[in-house]
Amino acid sequence: MREWGTEMDTPRCFRRRFIQVTVLVLAVLIFMGAGDNSGRFDKLGHSMMCACGCGQILLECNHVGCQYSDKMRNELMASLDRGDNDDLVLQNFVQNYGPTVIAAPTATGFNQVAWIMPFLALALGMAFVVMVVRSWKNKPAPALADGITIPHGGELDDFKRRARQETDL
Amino acid sequence: MSQIGSFALLLALGLSSYSFLAGLLALFGRDAGSMRLGETARRAGIAAFGAVLLAAIVLVTAAFRDDFSISYIFHHSNRDLPAAYKFAVLWSGQEGSLLFWSLLLGGYGFVLRLRYKTDQRLFAHASVVIAAVQVFFLLLLNFAAHPFGIVEGALPPDGNGLNPLLQYPEMVIHPPMLYLGYIGFTIPFAFALGALIMKYPGDKWIYITRRWTMVTWCFLTIGVFLGAHWAYAVLGWGGYWGWDPVENASLMPWLTGTAFLHSVMMQEKRGMLKVWNMWLIFATFWLSILGTFLTRSGIISSVHAFAQSTIGAWFGWFLIISLLVFTLFFILNHSHLKTEHKLEALVSRESSFLFNNLLLLVACFTILWGTWYPKISELFQGHTITVRAPYYNVVIVPTALLLLLLTAVGPLLAWRKTSLESLKRNFLFPFIAAIAIGIAMIVFGVRPWDDSSYFYATMAAILSFLVIFTVISEFVRGGRVIAGKGQMNLLAAMVQLWHRNTRRYGGYIVHFGVALVVIGILGTPFNKEVEKEMAFGDKILIGPYTLVCQSYTQDDTPNYGSEWAIINVFRGGRQVTTMYPERRFYKSSGQPQTIPRIYPSLKEDLLLVTDLYLVYEGMNETTGRPIIKAHLNPLVPWIWTGLIVMVFGTILALIPNVSTVRVAVLAPVREPVHAGVGD
Repeated sequence: MREWGTEMDTPRCFRRRFIQVTVLVLAVLIFMGAGDNSGRFDKLGHSMMCACGCGQILLECNHVGCQYSDKMRNELMASLDRGDNDDLVLQNFVQNYGPTVIAAPTATGFNQVAWIMPFLALALGMAFVVMVVRSWKNKPAPALADGITIPHGGELDDFKRRARQETDL
Repeated sequence: MSQIGSFALLLALGLSSYSFLAGLLALFGRDAGSMRLGETARRAGIAAFGAVLLAAIVLVTAAFRDDFSISYIFHHSNRDLPAAYKFAVLWSGQEGSLLFWSLLLGGYGFVLRLRYKTDQRLFAHASVVIAAVQVFFLLLLNFAAHPFGIVEGALPPDGNGLNPLLQYPEMVIHPPMLYLGYIGFTIPFAFALGALIMKYPGDKWIYITRRWTMVTWCFLTIGVFLGAHWAYAVLGWGGYWGWDPVENASLMPWLTGTAFLHSVMMQEKRGMLKVWNMWLIFATFWLSILGTFLTRSGIISSVHAFAQSTIGAWFGWFLIISLLVFTLFFILNHSHLKTEHKLEALVSRESSFLFNNLLLLVACFTILWGTWYPKISELFQGHTITVRAPYYNVVIVPTALLLLLLTAVGPLLAWRKTSLESLKRNFLFPFIAAIAIGIAMIVFGVRPWDDSSYFYATMAAILSFLVIFTVISEFVRGGRVIAGKGQMNLLAAMVQLWHRNTRRYGGYIVHFGVALVVIGILGTPFNKEVEKEMAFGDKILIGPYTLVCQSYTQDDTPNYGSEWAIINVFRGGRQVTTMYPERRFYKSSGQPQTIPRIYPSLKEDLLLVTDLYLVYEGMNETTGRPIIKAHLNPLVPWIWTGLIVMVFGTILALIPNVSTVRVAVLAPVREPVHAGVGD
């Protein structure tokens, strides 16, 4: 068994633990939400589309006399009153109105690709840029044309002083 | 009249084709004959603009003369349409908007061809590219979407009228701005392709197109934001951005164009990112056409797609051909695009531009991915799905926040290398001030731990203020140095500071505007709404406001009939305004349209300004009473203020630098020299 105060005291372990705690706290902060029905109605109502074909979010559909929005809102409220959980509510709506009623891809099956791709692109892009920056940094300076010398030391300081004078900055 | 228009379009096609072919042939030779041929191609390009202009004038005149024998006028106008909208008929339908596109491209080409002496050979190449694009649009106009088609049978007494959604003052400005933006990117693209074909060694094309690109970007920015404002003021759902495919289509070239504006500075100052800039401007041009393809093809459903037809296939082929042509020339000629300098440090302006470009491109990819995902789903799962705000709010926000952070930090970094010490010194004040804003938000009741949207809103507020304080500190620091040396006050010194490097400090003002826009957006999680059927004297309580229904009535104009309510708005027991939410029924088209009314609380709470947004949703047929929906949208006016600041910043950036600094010098007075002395 590992003794507390031996390996765990090393700065590396401490750093790892600190990162774990930070991630946990952030996750709790991000995913904590209100559990009351009005909050759930608002959240679920904004995660579904009105089925009338107006192309608007259910709670934002503003067509008076719309054949669907009032009915759908009532169904949503009834589901919440029954105590259905969010997944069940959405599942029922998909069964009744088809998969296009959900305003965002579900995080299941093939649709996980929809969610993963943007973050994958960000991660790969970051890695690519870091790689490019490193390779450029390690690359030897391009060869200079004949007659050009790079100033060093006092000569460079002299250039800097003149540049400051010219720009007043 | 339609014959004149048809002839003008055919003539324009002939002239543009000649401009393209003769210009292309002239590029192969350097003898006097080729020069003469090139000159005729240039003049043909100019004449083609004249022909397209004539066609556009004919169409607008037909709209004003209610010439319903022309099918396009019959479908998009009517006798009682107000004059401004009759002018807007030009871009209100498919055929007209393509003609308008061709006209603007011709206009840009006209200016370019007049300025050809700057660099005759490069301009000749760019002129050929523009002529090629123009030929495509004129082929469309002549053979696929002819605006001068004739109505068959008896002449109709009146037209079908303009789509009610388009009968709003902004619609007279929004499409031209958007089109000027979309089409304008053809110019830097044409120069880039020309430079690639020529294996042009220098960065002259970047210098030549710098102002074109900035002006174009400014037009596109105005177009995108006017579109958002139109959605806010007309569609009546209380929001301004619904992540609709057509909205996305306008945002994508804006993002790549913004990336290009930043990355060209790397090429100008350090001779880096030459390949990248080539592809970036091509991507921007390509995405502009893709936007039109999305709007026209109907391949992806959208509430903004006012004109759909089979011409989507033409655009599809154009996109493929332009990609192939650019790729071919790139493969053949990319060897001269070698970087001239190496990156010296990770913490430098160069690397900040690289990350800035990455984030803008990732944002663009995310939007492109989300826009096309319904089709991808159909392909792999056999059914389409919806991808709207709940998706984008999750996938875009992290990238946007990182971008905002970079907007704050980037200007503090020096070219080549920045010491951490100087970064710390410059960053300390803005950082502390921004954190103080975050703490103030929590003190005043924002709970970032309650919901992810509040968390993101708090983060966005902190980062936006970080940008604002960084910009202010940059101006103040530079201004102080000048004020100290020049014996002037700080404000005058800051003006002089801007004058010495207008692009840099104009750019900072644009960043300031972007921060204001983000502040406007972050009010969204705090929106409130109430819907109620209102009898005389009924009240709605929303936020600090009490809305009292004074009356409701009906009205009639030649163009539309309307129902509207009179709502008195009270705050703190005092009446602050009266609002008239309205619903119209357009007679010619028979379509209804809500006209929301908006009251920004500028007088009551200047900084935390909130829009009171009323929608007349309709009338309850049983009771005969109006149904009013009230929205309270905090901070939204900052979005439009941010746009004004962004445009102002761009204008400042476009003004040339002061090339010489006037310094008063006390010259010693010489003694008069007498004749004969020294002889």
